[in-house]
Amino acid sequence: MQSISQKRLVSGVILALLAMYILPNFIEYSTLSLLIIYAILALSLGLIWGFGGILCFGQAAFFGLGAYSYAVFAVNIGESSIPFILAILTPALFALILGAIMFYGKLSDVYLGVITLVVTLILFRFANSTAGPEYAIGKARLGGFNGMPNFHTLNVPGMPDVYIWDLDFYYVCFILLIICFISLYFLIKSSFGRICIAIGQNEQRIELIGYDVRKYKTIFFGIGGGLAGLAGALYASWAEIVTPGLFSLSQSAEIIIWCIVGGVGTLSGPILGAVILGLLKYYLGQQSLVDNNLVIGSILVLFVLFLPNGLSPALANLWVKITVKTKSRRPNTRRKKVSRAVRGIHNE
Amino acid sequence: MDLTAVIIVEILYTIASLIIISSGLAVIFGMMKVINFAHGEFMMIGGYATIIAVKSGINIYVSILIIAPLVVGIIGVIIERLIIRHLYGRLVDTMLATWGISIVLIGLATMIFGNTTEGITTPISGWQIGDYRINGYNFFIIMIAILIVSLGYYLLKFTKLGLIARGAMQDPNVASSLGYNPDRIYMTTFFIGSAFSGMAGGILAPLVGLTPNWGTAYIAKAFITVVVGGPSIITGLLSSSTLFGSVNQIFSFITTPVWGEVALLVTAIILLRLLPKGITNSIFRGKL
Repeated sequence: MQSISQKRLVSGVILALLAMYILPNFIEYSTLSLLIIYAILALSLGLIWGFGGILCFGQAAFFGLGAYSYAVFAVNIGESSIPFILAILTPALFALILGAIMFYGKLSDVYLGVITLVVTLILFRFANSTAGPEYAIGKARLGGFNGMPNFHTLNVPGMPDVYIWDLDFYYVCFILLIICFISLYFLIKSSFGRICIAIGQNEQRIELIGYDVRKYKTIFFGIGGGLAGLAGALYASWAEIVTPGLFSLSQSAEIIIWCIVGGVGTLSGPILGAVILGLLKYYLGQQSLVDNNLVIGSILVLFVLFLPNGLSPALANLWVKITVKTKSRRPNTRRKKVSRAVRGIHNE
Repeated sequence: MDLTAVIIVEILYTIASLIIISSGLAVIFGMMKVINFAHGEFMMIGGYATIIAVKSGINIYVSILIIAPLVVGIIGVIIERLIIRHLYGRLVDTMLATWGISIVLIGLATMIFGNTTEGITTPISGWQIGDYRINGYNFFIIMIAILIVSLGYYLLKFTKLGLIARGAMQDPNVASSLGYNPDRIYMTTFFIGSAFSGMAGGILAPLVGLTPNWGTAYIAKAFITVVVGGPSIITGLLSSSTLFGSVNQIFSFITTPVWGEVALLVTAIILLRLLPKGITNSIFRGKL
């Protein structure tokens, strides 16, 4: 079983690398970079929601925090490597603190949703009200509603004058996405990951077995926050401006919709959802007949009603059906024989 | 002296507006344990209904108190029958579905009304208190809030309808085994809740510039007021609105309105951390 899924991982990575070279022929790479940043962001929620069972309504908080801390540190330091790392660590730390507050208080479900939502709102209101010159961190003025432009974008580590942009930026994003995917894959296969999944499925049982559920959930939440921060740092470098809109309710909603459409409980699902809906949004933005919100909202409602598991499991089922039909029946009958034999043993 | 009077009126006004914007959500959450994320958009529709009615020559009070609740109530029932009915008992799914509905409604309103600001003038002129001037409409809002709370209390406590509602709230299975169709109770509840949301939108419409995504500004506030309030509809609504309204206004006077809002949100987090199931689950237990 282990070897099959690892074979799948290797073939998936090879396919992704192929796609990385082929895709720029069809779609502009600046759009593609954004889609990949969205995919990383979707992964961050997909991880904590799909595997840890923690539905966070404020994943945008960590995303925005990552983007803002990247911008602030980049202005102060004047190169991008250290800010990039700090942009991952700051939201991760914030998520750890927030997670500790929530999980050590035994909050779940709606109450978790309320708190994460409220925290996002506080950050949104705060970021919006920082227009005055007194709101500055070091050399960086937060800029309020207008946001923060003019910071150092991504450069080659150690060489502040050699910027990574355009096609190179796209490759960097893509490779980071693949690295994230692989590390998350091994994370959820590790014993830590297995415990987190088990907590998502039956918290009480895990607690009774003797694990400190609160600790595991908090750390898991922190990892999700760090990942969202990574997406935020990349976004800041892509957009070359950070605005309070990153903290908005609609941004959080979008992340949740990507996960639902792609499939909660898988790693590939959120990526799929982010890319499909990102593309859809891009094309909808080019016409004025139908409003973007109308389509996205309808998709969310329809998926909740009719396809709550999302596209990824549905597509996987379809794939299995097709391959089973086209392949010869032999493996199938063999499995039946084996099961019959097993039953025979049981009967004896 | 004059300043104190003004501050007291402002605090009362903030509490009253919290009650008004949360009442629709409170009815639906208290009775059905459904968080209606489209609440803000129901308010937005109520606001548009009021503005259209007033502009076509209908009396403003009729528009606010009758037309807006009716229109939104009917829309609410349609949505309940089509979508929410299938998701009862799945808390997270209903939240997500109603969130989807809210996005759809924003999209529809943008297509119909465009991304422009609409508005009407307030029907009551200002009052002079010493050196200060207070918007007379604030008193109207305070009156309506008192009316909503006392009417709600009367309905739930003294009428047969209220008895059925309380029964269904405590245990839907027992209510249905006694011959009351829970499906119909839920439908009626959703109608009443949506109607309250619509009225809230109508009441606030003269005070603000209405845009299609106006409702999103209120959903979070209403959401925390209701959740912090806890399981009892009226006591919960009253206690959490009073607390949040006072905190918000006091901090607004000391610092700026932005910090007032932040103080409100921080209070909500602290309260939820201390009383995770809401105020009325631990303090005013068993009240209405």
